[in-house]
Amino acid sequence: MSQILLSYGSGGKLTHQLIREIFIRYFDNPILSQMNDSAVFSINGKVAFTTDSYTVTPIFFPGGDIGELAINGTVNDLSMMGAKPMYISIGFIIEEGFSIEDLERIAMSIKKASREAGVEVVTGDTKVVEKGKADKLFINTSGIGIIPEGVDIRGNNAIPGDVVIVSGTIGDHGIAILSQRKDLHFSVEIKSDTAPLNRMVEEMIKVADIHVLRDPTRGGLATTLNEIAQSSDVGIEIYESEIPISPPVENACNLLGLDPLYIANEGKLIAIAPKDKASKLLEVMHKFPYGKEAKIIGEVTQEHPDIVVLHTRFGSHRILDMLSGDPLPRIC
Amino acid sequence: MKRLDYNSPEIARKLIDEIYSSSHRDISIMEFCGTHTHSIFKFGIRELLPKNINMLSGPGCPVCVTDNSDIDYCIALSSIPNVIITTFGDMVRVPGSVKSLQEVKAEGADIRIVYSSMDAINIARENPGKKVVFLGVGFETTAPTVASSIIEADRNNIDNYFVYSMHKLTPPAMEAILNLGEVRLNGILGPGHVSTVIGWKVWEFVPLRYKLPVVVAGFDAVDILLGILNIVKQCNEDKQEVVNTYTRAVKPYGNSYALELIDEVFEKDDTSWRGLGNLPQSGLRIKDKYKRFDAKLQFPIEVPFKPKPKACRCDEVIRGVVSPLECPLFGTVCNPDHPIGPCMVSSEGTCSAYYLYGGK
Repeated sequence: MSQILLSYGSGGKLTHQLIREIFIRYFDNPILSQMNDSAVFSINGKVAFTTDSYTVTPIFFPGGDIGELAINGTVNDLSMMGAKPMYISIGFIIEEGFSIEDLERIAMSIKKASREAGVEVVTGDTKVVEKGKADKLFINTSGIGIIPEGVDIRGNNAIPGDVVIVSGTIGDHGIAILSQRKDLHFSVEIKSDTAPLNRMVEEMIKVADIHVLRDPTRGGLATTLNEIAQSSDVGIEIYESEIPISPPVENACNLLGLDPLYIANEGKLIAIAPKDKASKLLEVMHKFPYGKEAKIIGEVTQEHPDIVVLHTRFGSHRILDMLSGDPLPRIC
Repeated sequence: MKRLDYNSPEIARKLIDEIYSSSHRDISIMEFCGTHTHSIFKFGIRELLPKNINMLSGPGCPVCVTDNSDIDYCIALSSIPNVIITTFGDMVRVPGSVKSLQEVKAEGADIRIVYSSMDAINIARENPGKKVVFLGVGFETTAPTVASSIIEADRNNIDNYFVYSMHKLTPPAMEAILNLGEVRLNGILGPGHVSTVIGWKVWEFVPLRYKLPVVVAGFDAVDILLGILNIVKQCNEDKQEVVNTYTRAVKPYGNSYALELIDEVFEKDDTSWRGLGNLPQSGLRIKDKYKRFDAKLQFPIEVPFKPKPKACRCDEVIRGVVSPLECPLFGTVCNPDHPIGPCMVSSEGTCSAYYLYGGK
């Protein structure tokens, strides 16, 4: 058999075969292998719980694939609350006719990503839908993490005087996905930045009382900063000249008429923290591969609450609004 | 020779200082092109200029000047069985009299966003049982690629590919605005992209007949400031000339290959512009030689006339008569997520620039 048939999702023998030969084989751990209706485990402390669905197209893209993205995305959502990610659930919705070889590749990359992040896939589900009723493969992941004692990181915690730190170059994921559209005829390969940020966050929260952590995914840096400004009821000032953008991403954005500040990231974070802790935080971040280009890009102010203002490199200012409208392809 | 950095803050600063020291009286400059409008907002150039320089936005946004009846026609086209509509992304969000293409797409019409007419040709190749219509919207910049798609279809006998040509020519629009005389102008920032195709000499009628300087400029911050400085200086010296500051892209007579492509496939025709009405010889229709690709002829649909939303002031925004801030719908009922008029939809639309870059 080289492709997924409807009967693989029927709950019968073929479903069991698929689970055994692909999912158990790659995700094996003591909780999952019990094959019960639910994963059973004990957990102590304050729990963070999150879910996200992944519909990215193409499912394999430079720098990653939908499987890796599904793990990293949920790991990062937990990390942004300061939680240590522990357990993941995974649901597959597969289009009839999908290649089993591709499914196996994705299972392998889920395994690799889980191992890197130190999480375990403890429960899952598979459904197969008729050809045309889904686009190849959709994945949903949920995750549970434990928030260490004393950690309180939330979107409404930013206070005037805090600095805004970004962990590296922005726009890479969205442009990597766009560059794969054959109709755009791209020659430069731009890689997605998909990455688990939890290990870096674990060290960051040890050295500073971080007020806000967010991963600027859909809507990009600009939209996420607006969300923070609004929920914390503060103003944010950002300096265009300080925002790290790789030259290929900048060129691609110029060519396509896109603003990198609104392009999705999958392995970057924004940290808002007291100014006196900034250098310590940066020092920690620079030690990690996913934070080595971390920079201060702006500050939180009590002026213009709920509004993000960009200082252009020409010395002018403009309001940086949330993303609106634009029909972009499915990027995550 | 070291190439000038057109995004250098230092060079920009020097030019701004020079504009300040040269600017002695109130002048109004119209940037004709929507991409200029967006760049001016993106770089915050209005804030950097002396108070006595007033920048007005012109009609240079192809989607914005597309007539309501054309949008209604495209929507009617999409309801014909076995028709695939292929279009640039901007068009799908423009509200017609009743609906937008985006809405009929959600209802099941086969509408696909493409990045060029060549992608539409490929869709036609892949769907031999369907009729694929490309919505040809744009100025002289997009017309050559659409022309070459028709030539390609002709050469390869792709008989299920059609183009609905709504292409428009920029010089007649410039002329119409200047003839209307509704806005007092002292100079025009000429369209850079269009001029790469048609050349800068085309604009010589402006100084000659309307006594106004035209500076054809590029789209980076330094380009735009160079253009404005040149207009300020021409005003000071009471000169009216066409000056090309976008020399790295624009030649006196344009791109002859692109012009030949246009000429091979299209001929001039009268066409309706939103905001400007019917302008003689201002549009491009497909020549008889290629009429089998002309969607207008192949799908003759009568679209009933419907009035536009009353309060929307896109018409006047297009002519530079009012700023978006003077429209009662701006930023409230009309915003990029719920556009009422086309100027809020397109990436080149004036209202969208005002909204996105905080003019609100």
